[in-house]
Amino acid sequence: MFWQKDIEMISRRALEELQIKRLKQTVRQAYKNIPFYKEHFSNLHIQLKDVASLKDIRKLPFTTREDLRDYYPFGMLAVTKEQVVRLHTSSGTTGKPKAIFFTKKDVDRAAELIARCLIMTGVAKDDVLQNMMTYGLFTGALVMHYGAEKVGMLVIPAGPGNTKRQIALMQDFKTTTLHITPSYALYLASVMQNEGLDPQKDFTLRRAYLGSEPYSEETRKKIENFFHIDVYNSYGLSEMNGPGVAFECGEKNGMHLWEDNFIMEVIDPDTGETKPDGEKGELVLTTLCREAMPILRYRTRDITRILPGKCRCGRTHRRISRIIGRTDDMIIVRGVNIFPQQIERVLMGIKAVAQNYQIVLESYDQMTVRVEIVKELFDGKVDHLVNLRNDITEKIRSEILVRPKVELLEPGTLPVSEGKSIRVIDKRTL
Amino acid sequence: MEQLMQLSIFSENKPGRLTKITKVLAKEGVNILAINIASSDGFGVIRFIVDTCDLAAQKLRQKGFTVSFNEVLAIELVDRPGGLFEVSAVLSKKKINIENAYVLILGSRKKAFLIVDVNDIEKAKKLLQHENLRFFTAKKKGKSKTV
Repeated sequence: MFWQKDIEMISRRALEELQIKRLKQTVRQAYKNIPFYKEHFSNLHIQLKDVASLKDIRKLPFTTREDLRDYYPFGMLAVTKEQVVRLHTSSGTTGKPKAIFFTKKDVDRAAELIARCLIMTGVAKDDVLQNMMTYGLFTGALVMHYGAEKVGMLVIPAGPGNTKRQIALMQDFKTTTLHITPSYALYLASVMQNEGLDPQKDFTLRRAYLGSEPYSEETRKKIENFFHIDVYNSYGLSEMNGPGVAFECGEKNGMHLWEDNFIMEVIDPDTGETKPDGEKGELVLTTLCREAMPILRYRTRDITRILPGKCRCGRTHRRISRIIGRTDDMIIVRGVNIFPQQIERVLMGIKAVAQNYQIVLESYDQMTVRVEIVKELFDGKVDHLVNLRNDITEKIRSEILVRPKVELLEPGTLPVSEGKSIRVIDKRTL
Repeated sequence: MEQLMQLSIFSENKPGRLTKITKVLAKEGVNILAINIASSDGFGVIRFIVDTCDLAAQKLRQKGFTVSFNEVLAIELVDRPGGLFEVSAVLSKKKINIENAYVLILGSRKKAFLIVDVNDIEKAKKLLQHENLRFFTAKKKGKSKTV
């Protein structure tokens, strides 16, 4: 099932020709209309004619999150204010937000990419999408919304939270498809369980799109098994339209990144050197079709790798692995690089602990992992709890090569998140 | 042999937890007959013998506590030198291993029972049924209300 079969199955050669043509346009557009790029090009002694092949992209400067902040609100705009029709912002945890503008055409292109993604997972016009991402300045919900409407689905703009109402909406309107964060999906599952609802009998769910937080394969399986649905991994970021940058097809083995709209590179975050396909590094994206805000070599801070080889679905756009972590999420304990997702992966494989966890860093050589035990599996025996703690400690140690201190907590102690969850508490000071 | 249930509550080992738990029991008018706390680096299990186990478990669960209960042995101890020796000699003769034990005293030292938590309660009860031991019974439980 394809939305734009000719472009989704385009030959690599034709795709690369298209990419270079669009890259040249984008570079020209950025250079002419955005003082930030003009300045950088002059500093690096780059002229427009220097970008003649795809490899030449490596000569171009990176754009960072800080650049977008520094030029907030209008500094990165390549068109006049009359031409823009939509604003999204992305607030970091600190400092100024980033402003992302869309022209009418940009809104339509973003919707088109979503339409490709949805059709790829088998949706049809009679499907009902319950969109549980945050509507508003955040791109997650609106961009998905427009794409799903383009396909002709019924979209329920539920937004996140108010879980009992979500459940009622799902039952009343026979929701088949969810767009949801992984942590909220897990929370929704626990609420259904508490209410004694059977996801298979009491609902008509068929699939869910999970995005906006990194999560593990174990979490996917857990959610798939609980709801009896297919879970597809979705990747996007506000700076690159939001969702729909890369998405899983029916193979559920890596996300096709729409290379006619973006050029992707994977680099070493420390040196900036490009890495070959298959190797882990930071994803860097260049927009190819954006009018309002062309962005060159954007440092996403997301760690992934390009999956080598062709996908069985026939699409020629290369795939990236699920996000392994964020360069910002990475924590260093005893000199070892650790991503919270690695710990999550371990915990998901242990029946007697709940989904919630917290990592507390108090010094540079000690990390504490706090987990909640599962109420139903508590049998009153201290030695069983001690064994459980030892088991968790050992499994985490073999995954991250650092022995953590594991604390067993009473269920309900850790904060429940209905959005992006805060997993790491860093109390260390330099 | 009368069934005697022991309540176990999982608790992080920090000040105030026991207060929170016993507050629930006090409010519901649950009488605590015996208590035992076992802790291990950061967490603990608090065990109670109470007069109304089902009610206590239900109320604690409603308040979000992690609760389980299981049957234990309650063997009467005679209040004189050698009392515990006699009971433990029977247990060892029958090769019953004690997982955890504590004492329940009724009627201002009139009667004491050794609460024994074992791995296989059914097996232990069977092994002890013809031994010369007295167990906690409901009849005495009635009396215990005056404790």
